[in-house]
Amino acid sequence: MGLNGDSGDSDAPGKQSQQTPPDAAADKPAGSTPAEPLKGEVSRTDAPGAGVSAAPATARPAAPAAAGAKPAAPAHPAAAAPPSGPPDPPPPAGTTPPAFITSLQAAIPGGVSALSYWLGDWTIIVPVARLIEVASHLRDAPDAAFDFCSDVTATDWPPRAERFDVIYCLYSTRHRHRIRVKVKAAENQPVASVTPLWPAANWLEREVFDMFGVNFTGHPDRRRILMPEDWQGYPQRKDYPLEGPGELLMENPLDWLKLRQARDEADIE
Amino acid sequence: MATPQVHHGAMFDTNELVINMGPQHPSTHGVLRVVLRLDGEKVVDADVIIGYLHRGIEKLSENRNWTQIILLTDRMDYVAAATSNVGYCETVEKLMSVEVPRRARYVRTILCELQRIASHCLWVGTHAMDIGAMTVFLYAFRERELILDLFEEFCGARLTYNSMRIGGLPLDIPPGWDRKVLEFCSVMDTKVGEYEELLTHNRIWLERTRGIGVIPGPEAVAIGLSGPALRASGVVRDIRKDEPYAAYDEMDFDIPIGTAGDTYDRYLVRMEEFRQSLRIIRQATEGIPEGPIVGKVPRLIKPPAGETYHAIESPKGELGYFIVSDGKSTNPYRFRVRPPSFCNLQALRRLVKGHLVADVVALIGSIDIVLGEVDR
Repeated sequence: MGLNGDSGDSDAPGKQSQQTPPDAAADKPAGSTPAEPLKGEVSRTDAPGAGVSAAPATARPAAPAAAGAKPAAPAHPAAAAPPSGPPDPPPPAGTTPPAFITSLQAAIPGGVSALSYWLGDWTIIVPVARLIEVASHLRDAPDAAFDFCSDVTATDWPPRAERFDVIYCLYSTRHRHRIRVKVKAAENQPVASVTPLWPAANWLEREVFDMFGVNFTGHPDRRRILMPEDWQGYPQRKDYPLEGPGELLMENPLDWLKLRQARDEADIE
Repeated sequence: MATPQVHHGAMFDTNELVINMGPQHPSTHGVLRVVLRLDGEKVVDADVIIGYLHRGIEKLSENRNWTQIILLTDRMDYVAAATSNVGYCETVEKLMSVEVPRRARYVRTILCELQRIASHCLWVGTHAMDIGAMTVFLYAFRERELILDLFEEFCGARLTYNSMRIGGLPLDIPPGWDRKVLEFCSVMDTKVGEYEELLTHNRIWLERTRGIGVIPGPEAVAIGLSGPALRASGVVRDIRKDEPYAAYDEMDFDIPIGTAGDTYDRYLVRMEEFRQSLRIIRQATEGIPEGPIVGKVPRLIKPPAGETYHAIESPKGELGYFIVSDGKSTNPYRFRVRPPSFCNLQALRRLVKGHLVADVVALIGSIDIVLGEVDR
C-alpha cells in the first residue's frame, strides 16, 4: 500500500515537471532527478541531528516540482498527486452570506481573501497578516459577537508552499451562529496567537504547535502539551510516519535512520 | 512603657512551596498532574500537565478507514462511548449528506441520554467520594450498572460499545428492550432523589462546594468552558437546543441553568440534568417510530472532498469533530476531535487560584474530566 502510494506520488510530479524543465526524467524516483538532488541531499546529511526531519526527505523533493508545475496546469492536477488543499467551494449563486460577513468585508477591506460555503458552514479565508485584525472584529462587532472559540486546529498539505491551514472554529453565544476562519501558513511563518482575544485558544494553540509545529507568536506559554517536552518532530504532519521508533528516536536517531533506510531500500526492490 | 515587638514570619519559612499532585493520585481521575505553588495552604498558581494517556487517536484515525474509526472514538471518553460514536457518525453523515432514518435517530437519542446519566452517575459518585462522602459512590455505581446492562443487551459490550454505524445503527433494538428502558427510568427517578437527599442540604457538602471556584458567565465563555460547567455560570447554551442533532428537535426538555457559577451550582445543574435526561428517554422510548435503521450508505464509504465541523452535546460539553476528506482515499485526510474535557480542564488553573489544596480536589471533580479524552 505504502509502496503504491509512494510511486504514484513521485510519478505524477515527475510527469508534470517535464513541462517546465524538459530534460527531467519522468520515471526516475523522486530525489534522483537532476533538478532536485541538492534539496534531498541537504536534508539527508543534516538529518541525524534533526531526527525525524529525515522522514520528509522522501516526500519533500516532490514539493518544488509540484509547485513549479502548478501554474502550467492549475485546473486539472494529476489524479495521483497528493491533494494540495481542500476544495473550499465558493458559495453557490443565490446564497447570500450572513450580514456579519458582509459588514466584516466592508470594515476591513482585503481582510477576507476568499469565502466558502459548504454543507451549511461558512468559512472565511484570511491573509495571515490580517488575522488579528479580522479576529478582533469578529469578536467585538455587535453583529458578529463571536465570544466562544470552540476549536483551533490545523491541516497539513505538504505539496503546497504554504503547507498549513490553521483553522479557527468560532461560535457566538449571543447570536448562536458559527464561522470557520482559515489562515494559510508556511512552515516557519509566524502566525499571531489569538490567545489574547480568546483565552480558550491557549491550550488549543499549544496542541497545534505540538502536533504541527506552527509558529505561533505572542503566545503566553508556548510549550508542548501532549508529547514529551524533548520530543523531536511534529507527529500530525503528513510526512511523519505512523509507526516509528518511539524512544529510539530520542536516544539514538542514527540507528533509527539506518533502519529506516534499509527498510526503504527493501521496499523499492 | 515599651510595647513588645512582634516579628512576623521570623519563625516560619515564608517561601512558596511547590508540590506535585499526580499523575498517580486517586483524586485526579486518571493520569492528570498538577504542579501547585503554595503559600501556606493557599494555591498561588497551578500548572496542569497532561499527555500521559496520549495514544495519537487523531493520527491513527488518519490511517484507518472510515468505519474502523468508530471504535477508536470509543477510547476517548470511555465512560460515554456511545456519545462519541454518535458524534463521529453524524459528522461523516454530514460530509456524505446521508439522511438517517427517524427510528435510528430516536435510538441514538435514547443511547446518548442513557450515556449522559451513566456519565453523571460516575461523576457524582467520584466527585462526592473525593470530598469525603463515600455512600454516594456506592449508590451511583449501583444505578450505573443498570445502564451498562441495557447497553450490554443492545450491543454486547459494557464499556467500549462500538454501537453506531455511519448512516444508522448496526442492529435494531432487541425485543423488549424499550420496556426495560422505561423500567429503568422509573427506578432512576427515585434514585436521583436519594443522591440529593445525601448531598444537596448536607452541611459538609455545602461548606466544601459553595463559593469554591466561582467563575462568572462571560469569563467562562472566554476560557472555553462548555456543557454543565458553562451552564452553571448562567450561560444558556446547550447544543441539543441550539443546533439540534439526532432527534432532539422533537423532544421536549428544559436546560437547567445555575446562577453562582461555583462548584455547588455545577453539582445542582448536573443533578437536574439527570431528571431532564430521564424525561427525554421516556419521550423517545414511547415515541420510537417503526422503519428502517440504516440510511442509504454506499458499501465503500468515500465522502466527497471537503471539510466540515460538527458538534454535539456530550455529557462533558461540546464534543466537536473536524474532518477533512480528500475524496479519493478510504480514510480521512484529517481527523480532529474537539474534546470537551480538554477545553474544560484549561479552566482549572483559573479556578484553583486562591483556594486551599483540598479544594483543588473538589474542583478537578467539579469540571468532570476523563483523561482518555483529554489526551486522546
